[in-house]
Amino acid sequence: MSTPTTSRAIGTAVLLGLTLAPFLLGPYAVATLSRTLVFALLALSVNLLTGLTGLPTLGQSAYFGVGAYTAAIVAKDLTDIGPLQLLIAAGVSALVAVLTGWLAVRARGVVFLMLTLAIGEIAHSAAVNWKPVTGGTDGVSGIPPVVPLPGMPALELDGLVYFYVLAVFLLLLAAVTRLGATPFALALRGIRDNEPRMKAIGHPTRRYALTVYCGAAALAGAAGSMWVSAQRFVSPGDAGFEIAALALLAVVIGGSGSIRGACAAAALIWLTRDYLGNLEAVAGRGPLLLGLLLVVAVYTLPRGLAGVRLPHQPSRKRAA
Amino acid sequence: MAGWLDGNLVGFVDGIAFGLLLFTIAVGLSLVFGMMDVLNLAHGTLYLGGAYTAYALSDGTLPGLLLALTAGALVGALGGAALTWLTQPLARRGHLDQAVLTLGITFIVADLLAAAFGGEVLPTDPPAALRGTVDLLGHTYPVYRLVFIAVAACLAVLVHLLFERSSLGALVRATVADRDMVRAQGVDIRKVLYGVFALGAALAAVGGVLGAPTLGPGPGVDESVLVLSLVVVVVGGLGSVRGALVGALLIGQVQTLGVALLPQYAPFLLFGTMLAVLVVRPHGLVASAVRT
Repeated sequence: MSTPTTSRAIGTAVLLGLTLAPFLLGPYAVATLSRTLVFALLALSVNLLTGLTGLPTLGQSAYFGVGAYTAAIVAKDLTDIGPLQLLIAAGVSALVAVLTGWLAVRARGVVFLMLTLAIGEIAHSAAVNWKPVTGGTDGVSGIPPVVPLPGMPALELDGLVYFYVLAVFLLLLAAVTRLGATPFALALRGIRDNEPRMKAIGHPTRRYALTVYCGAAALAGAAGSMWVSAQRFVSPGDAGFEIAALALLAVVIGGSGSIRGACAAAALIWLTRDYLGNLEAVAGRGPLLLGLLLVVAVYTLPRGLAGVRLPHQPSRKRAA
Repeated sequence: MAGWLDGNLVGFVDGIAFGLLLFTIAVGLSLVFGMMDVLNLAHGTLYLGGAYTAYALSDGTLPGLLLALTAGALVGALGGAALTWLTQPLARRGHLDQAVLTLGITFIVADLLAAAFGGEVLPTDPPAALRGTVDLLGHTYPVYRLVFIAVAACLAVLVHLLFERSSLGALVRATVADRDMVRAQGVDIRKVLYGVFALGAALAAVGGVLGAPTLGPGPGVDESVLVLSLVVVVVGGLGSVRGALVGALLIGQVQTLGVALLPQYAPFLLFGTMLAVLVVRPHGLVASAVRT
C-alpha cells in the first residue's frame, strides 16, 4: 500500500529505534522488547501458514514449545552456543511437524484450525505431564546464559541478550521475506486462493502444504529457542493456548499475509499485554486492554494494519 | 464384559452425565457455526456466565436452583443476542475476523468477571435436597448427577424435536440451505439468526448453572469449556443436533472412563480420539444434512 520511499523511511526508523532501544530504556523495557521480537518471530511462522497458504492455525505454540524445551535441554546438557541451540530446536520442531503435519494438512479451514488446536493442547499436556524431561508445571530453570558465537563471552546482561535476539530476528526476517519472492511462495498463494485449480494443473498441493507446515514449525522452534535465550526459563504456559491464539490474532490483525503487518501487530499485541498491563494506572488489567485492542482493531481495520494508509500518501488508484 | 461394566459402572454413568453436560454446552456452538456460519470462540464465556449466575443465586434450595436456571437462561440469551449484533457486521469478512472479535470479547469478559468474583475457582454446591446418594446396582451414587442426567436428557430431546421436527426448525434449516429463497418468502432472516444464537447461548449458560457443581466458575474454565466444545463439535460433525449428542457422549466417556482406566495417558486420550475420528471421517461422525 505504501510507496517504496515512505516504507523504506519507516523501515529505517524502526531499525534505528530497535538498535538504540537498550541505550534509552530501562532493563524491564529491554527484556519486554526481547520477548516482543521473539513473539514477532512466532507470528511470522503463523503468517507462513495462515497469511500465505490460507491455513488458519491455533497450534503453533506446540512447535514453539518443542523448540523452547529442546533449546533449554541442549543449553543445560550439551552446549551454551546459541546458534547451535537454535538449529537443533528448529530441527526437532520440524521433525515433530512431519509426524503431526501429515494429519493436519488433510484438512482445510475451520477443521484445520481445530486439528492444530488439538496438536497444541497435546503439546501443552505433554509439557505439564512429562515431568522427567519438562519439569512439569515448575518448568525448566537454571539455563546458562547464551553464547552467541564460539569463543565469545556468555551474555549475562539483558541489553546484550537483546542484541543477540535482534540479530537473529533480522536474519530470520530476511529469510522469510526472501522466501516470499520464490516460485514456491507463489504456489502456496495458489493453494490459498484456489486449491482445486492448483491441483488440476498438476501441483501436489498436499505435499506443498506439508512442506510449508514443517518450515513454519522450524521457524516457531527457532523462536522457542530465542525465548529460552532471552528468558533463561521455560514453563508449560509458554506452550499454551493463549500464545497460539495471540499469534494467530497478530496475523489476522496484521492483514492479508503481510510480513510487516504481522510484525507490527505482534508488537502491538505483546506490548499491550506485557507492558501497558503493568503500568500503575491499569495494573493487572492487561487482558482487558488486550481484548479492547482486538475488538477495536477488527472493526476499524477491515484490511488489517497492512491496509492502513498513511496521511499525505496518494492512493494507488490516483497514482496509477 | 458384564463384570468389567460392573466394576466401571460409576465411571460409565459419570461419563453419561459429563457427556450430556457437554451436549448442552456444545449444541449451541455447533448450530451457530454449522447453520449460521458464525464462529463463536466466546462460547466458553457463556458457560462461565451461567456458572457465576449459579454461584451468585444458589442458596442451597430447589427454588434457588430454579431461579438460577431462569436467570442463567436469560443471561445466556442476552449474551447470544449481543454476540449476534456484534458479529453481524463481520459476516462477509470470514471466520478469522469473527475469531479475533470473539476472542477479544472473551479476554474482556474474563477480566471483568475475575475483577468481580476474584481469581479462585468458587465451589458451588447443589441444592440440599439433591445432595444425598442413592443405591445404583450396588454402588452409591450422588442424587444430583442422576437428576442432572434426567434434566439434560430432557433438554436434548427438546432441542432435537425443535430443530428436526417443528416448523420452526424447518424454517431454520431452510434458511441454511437457501437464505435468499427464505427471504423472498417474506421472512426476516435476522430474526432467525438472533433466535438460533440466543437459544444456543442460553443452553450454554443453562449448562453453566447445572454444571457449576462439577466444573465450577473460575478463571480458565471458559477456555477449557471452549476447547471441549470445539472437540465435541468437530468429532460429532458441524451443525447437527444428533452430531453434537454423539460427539458429546463419546467425549464424555473418553474423559471419565479414560481418566479412570488410563490416568497417565488422560490428556492424550481426548485429542487422540479427535484425531482418530477425523482420520476415518473428516467431517465428523454425523455429517450435517445441509452443510458439509
